[in-house]
Amino acid sequence: MGLAKRIIPCLDVDAGRVVKGVNFVDIRDAGDPVSVARRYNEAGADEITFLDITATSDNRDTIFPVVEQVASEVFIPLTVGGGVREVADVRRLLNAGADKVSINTAAVFNPDVVREASDKVGSQCIVVAIDAKKVSAEGEVDRWELFTHGGRKHTGIDAVEWAMRMAEYGAGEILLTSMDRDGTKIGFNLPLTRAISDAVEIPVIASGGVGNLQHLADGVIEGGADAVLAASIFHFGEYTIAEAKQHMASQGIEVRLDGV
Amino acid sequence: MARIAVIDYGMGNLRSVSKAVEHVAPNDQVLVTRDAAVIKESDRVICPGQGAAADCMNALSQQGLVDVIKEVVQTRPFFGICMGLQVLLTRSDENQGVDCVGVLPGQVKRFSAPLLDDSGTRLKVPHMGWNEVSRDAAARGNHPMWHGIENGSRFYFAHSYYCVPDSTDLIAAHTHYGKSIAVALAQDSVFACQFHPEKSSASGLQLLTNFVSWDGKA
Repeated sequence: MGLAKRIIPCLDVDAGRVVKGVNFVDIRDAGDPVSVARRYNEAGADEITFLDITATSDNRDTIFPVVEQVASEVFIPLTVGGGVREVADVRRLLNAGADKVSINTAAVFNPDVVREASDKVGSQCIVVAIDAKKVSAEGEVDRWELFTHGGRKHTGIDAVEWAMRMAEYGAGEILLTSMDRDGTKIGFNLPLTRAISDAVEIPVIASGGVGNLQHLADGVIEGGADAVLAASIFHFGEYTIAEAKQHMASQGIEVRLDGV
Repeated sequence: MARIAVIDYGMGNLRSVSKAVEHVAPNDQVLVTRDAAVIKESDRVICPGQGAAADCMNALSQQGLVDVIKEVVQTRPFFGICMGLQVLLTRSDENQGVDCVGVLPGQVKRFSAPLLDDSGTRLKVPHMGWNEVSRDAAARGNHPMWHGIENGSRFYFAHSYYCVPDSTDLIAAHTHYGKSIAVALAQDSVFACQFHPEKSSASGLQLLTNFVSWDGKA
């Protein structure tokens, strides 16, 4: 027995409200991040990730009171990402009550922000989000590259090399999203997950493509992920966190069943 | 109404610690402070902290808090959390070696690389996530801080360095990660843990509940 593999529900937050809502039975306000976070804690989630997708800079500060409120009421780790550009943003989110801050695009354009942030606040607070897409042709050796701006901008940077570089710069964790799989519900990109997990010493969170519980188990067993992140399968009530954990446990994966 | 000081030396996320304490002790006064006088006037003291050992020790020294800690650990219940545990030891290997406060005799070491489990599989560092905290064969495994917490309960960890006390007599719990490591130490009115009770849901809140009613005796 030892460290449990984590299950992390991810919530998109726009101007302080959970987008698309969450289909919990008897939840009063499915758009309220605090209610949703509280329910996921009660359901046995190991962590919660908020992705702030607020598009306009006018509304960007709406995330801080949300983080403050959630941190006052929900006592499991909270990761916040989206729009993090500089070390000051990292500090503000941590001071509001986030435990970890996820850096995505800013890391690509200014990798030193990762080094600087991890020096200042510690690696364990810094998650680097990597959005990768397969660029190799059929029959070629698999190769994935980094994309930014929700998968629209191709950077030409090799995803595995990038993960290694970010680990060297002091990232404490990698949040790896397969842009080929995101929203498809056909499962994680397992070769990509395995390649990155094997390449770095730091934990890897697999994301993008979960459609059923076996996908979660595959992410750990075949992909080598340390944690699995999913949104829609939990939000829309297709599966509960408890069902996910029980399924993973039935495949020999160690999970935290205390809260379930 | 008791006064609980959460020492703020500028390192890490103190809000979640203070909020969790307020949650379990709604009638107490919880103060996040770096004021030596306020800390010395408090009934209980919590020392949290995150980040690198050298930065933490520099911050404590610059703010004149090292001697304050040495004083209050002897006179009232004191709870060290994560880096707030590590700084209590004698010395840390982090940042090419840092002398620490030295309240608990022992060293802070980094997980070896590669770190392997019993079957030879590589383990990730930082040790991040929920691991089982066992009191089996721990000298202080019956400590009153464990009241109402099942042996083997999982707590949330996020660290790359771990404590090796000079004497196993201080160990209140351990966890297996590559090997058995001490994750809670106790000595007189000091209790300190490597994991984050403020992030460990029901078990963590129970530990904090125990602290706010602990008389400081083992």
